[in-house]
Amino acid sequence: MAAVAADAPTRGQALRQLLRRRTVLIGILILLVIATAAILAPWIAPFPPNRLSIVNRLKPPSATYWFGTDEFGRDGFTRTLYAGRLSLLVGICVVVFACVVGITLGLVAGFFRRLDTPIARIIDAMMAFPDILLAIALVAALGPSLATVIVALGIVYAPRLARVVRASTLVIRELPYVEAARALGVPTWRIMTRHVLRNLVSPILVQGTFIFAYAMLAEAGLSFLGVGVSPEIPTWGTMIAAGRQYVGQADWMTLFPGIAIVLSVLSLQLVGDGLRDLLDPRLRKDL
Amino acid sequence: MSAAADDAILRVENLQTWFELGSRVAKSVDDVSFTVGRGRTVAVVGESGSGKSVTSLSIMRLLAPPGRIVGGRILYRTATGEEIDLARLPESRMRGVRGREIAMIFQEPMTSLNPLYTVGDQVMEMIRLHEPVSAGEARARARRMLELVEIPAAERRLDDYPHQMSGGMRQRAMIALALACNPRVLIADEPTTALDVTIQAQVLDLLRRLQAELGMSIIFVTHNLGVVAEIAHEVVVMYAGRVVEAAAVNDLFDRQRHPYTKGLLACIPRPGMRRDEVDGQVRLTPIPGTVPSVTALPTGCSFAPRCPLAVAKCEEPPPLIPAAPGHLSRCWRHEDV
Repeated sequence: MAAVAADAPTRGQALRQLLRRRTVLIGILILLVIATAAILAPWIAPFPPNRLSIVNRLKPPSATYWFGTDEFGRDGFTRTLYAGRLSLLVGICVVVFACVVGITLGLVAGFFRRLDTPIARIIDAMMAFPDILLAIALVAALGPSLATVIVALGIVYAPRLARVVRASTLVIRELPYVEAARALGVPTWRIMTRHVLRNLVSPILVQGTFIFAYAMLAEAGLSFLGVGVSPEIPTWGTMIAAGRQYVGQADWMTLFPGIAIVLSVLSLQLVGDGLRDLLDPRLRKDL
Repeated sequence: MSAAADDAILRVENLQTWFELGSRVAKSVDDVSFTVGRGRTVAVVGESGSGKSVTSLSIMRLLAPPGRIVGGRILYRTATGEEIDLARLPESRMRGVRGREIAMIFQEPMTSLNPLYTVGDQVMEMIRLHEPVSAGEARARARRMLELVEIPAAERRLDDYPHQMSGGMRQRAMIALALACNPRVLIADEPTTALDVTIQAQVLDLLRRLQAELGMSIIFVTHNLGVVAEIAHEVVVMYAGRVVEAAAVNDLFDRQRHPYTKGLLACIPRPGMRRDEVDGQVRLTPIPGTVPSVTALPTGCSFAPRCPLAVAKCEEPPPLIPAAPGHLSRCWRHEDV
C-alpha cells in the first residue's frame, strides 16, 4: 500500500482520468439525470403522485401521460420520479448503514487478533446466505417498513465491506509506518482511524458504489415479492409489483420502472468498475 | 559497563523474550543484561537473528504475539527519579512511555512515514498527541524540529509528502518525529543501514550532535561495527539471543575478549590490510557457518560450532564473566582470544 499510495494520482488527476473513460462518463451522466429527476420530482412532475383518475385508468403512454397510467389512473411518469426518490434514498441509507457496521467490524477484526476469528466466521456465515433470502428473513423478523428494509439490507451488505476492510487492515497493520507510529505512542484507535482507515478509502468507495446498486436492486426485489415497503408507497419495486397483474394489457406499468432500475444499476456499476480500475493499480490500464 | 548504577537511565536485567510456537520455543532473547547511562550511547551489535531487534522491541513492549517477555526486568528511571519496570508496566501506562520517554526509529526510512500525510502533519500529530498545544504552536514546533535535524527550507518541507523526500531526508524527518516530544531515550534500530555511506555519516553526525544538545541516551542497534566505532560509548555484542561480550568501545576495539567479536572485526576491510601473497588481493576472513536457530541451540557455548578456539570445555555453557575490568566475555578461553 505504501508504494501504491506514493505513485497514486492526485485527486484532480484521478478525476480527470476517470472522466476520460467513456463508460464511466456515461454512467455518471445517467446517474446525474436520475438523481436530479428524483430530487426535483415535486417541481417537474406533471401531477400529484397519488391523484386518482378512474376514467384515465390503464391508459397507454401519450402526450399527457408520458409513461401511461396505472390501474387507478395515477400518472406513471410522476410515480416513477417519486419512486426514484425512495429507491435512491434506500440505496444511500443502506450504503451508510453497511459502511458503519462493516468498517467497524472489519477494523476490529483486522486489528485485534482475538476477535478476528469469531468476527471472520460470522462474516463468512452471513455471506453464505443468498442476499434476498437473508433480507426476507430479517424483514420478516423486524416487521415490514421502510426503515426495516434499510436495516435488513444494511445487515446483508455489511459483511462484504467488513471482509474488504479486514483484509486490508491485516496488511496495513504490519506496515513499518504503523509500527513506527506505535513506537511513538500513538494510541490504537488513532492508528485505526488515521493510519489504517485513511488507506482504505479507495476500496470502500468502490464497494460502496456496488452496494448502492445491489441495494436498489434488492429493495425492488423485496417490494416486488411483497415483503418490502408497503404497496401504497411508490418505489420502483412496488410499481412493478402492482403492474405485474396487468402485464398483458398494460405492459408500460412494469416497463418504465423496470427501465429506471436497469439504468440506475447499470450506471452505478459503470462508475464502480471505473473507480475500481482506477484505484486498483493491478487493474489500472493506461488509457 | 562503566556507567555507574545511579547514573543509569535504563537497566535491562536478565531479559528473556521467547516466541512459543506450538511445542517449539524460540529463545530469541535469553538472559540479556545491559545498562544505558544518562547521555550515553550503547550499541547493540549482532548478526541477523542474534536477538538485537527483539531486545529493542521488548523494551518498547511492541512484540507481536507469540513473542512474550517471560523473565527479567527492564528498569527505567523517570525524570522524577522513580524506577519503573517496563516489563510489567500495564499497557495503558506504557503508551505514555512510548514517544514521550522512550522513542524508537526504524531501519526503513522509505516506509516508516505514512505516505498519506505530509511530514509536517505527522510531526504535528506527535506533538499534539502528547501535549496540549494549538495547531499553530505545533506547526512552529514541527518547523523547529525539522530545523534541528538539519532539513533545509524547513518551512516549505513541512508540506512535503514523504515520497517527495530523499532517503536521507526521510530518516532525518523520522528522527524529528521521534524527538518531537523530547524523549529521554532513543532506540535506533539500524537507522543507517538502508542509507548510502555518505548519508550514513551525516545521520550519525546528526545523532551525535542531537545527543550532545538534548542530552538523551541512545540505544543503537546495528550489525555494522564501523558505525559502532563512530557513535557508541559502550558496546554489547549479541549472539544467538545472548550477550557474548560487553565493554567500553575503546576497550572492545583494542582487545576483543570473545572469538565471535574478533571474527566480526576480521570481516571488515581496513586500509593497510595484508595482501594475499599469490594474487595480491586483500582477503577478508569470514566466520564459517551461520547463526544457529534459536529453536535448536547447542547445549554448550552457542558459538562453539563455528569457533576456531573451541575445545572440549565448550560443551558446557560459559557464563558472562569479567575478563578485564569493565569488560565482560562469555567465553571459557577469553584469555586466548
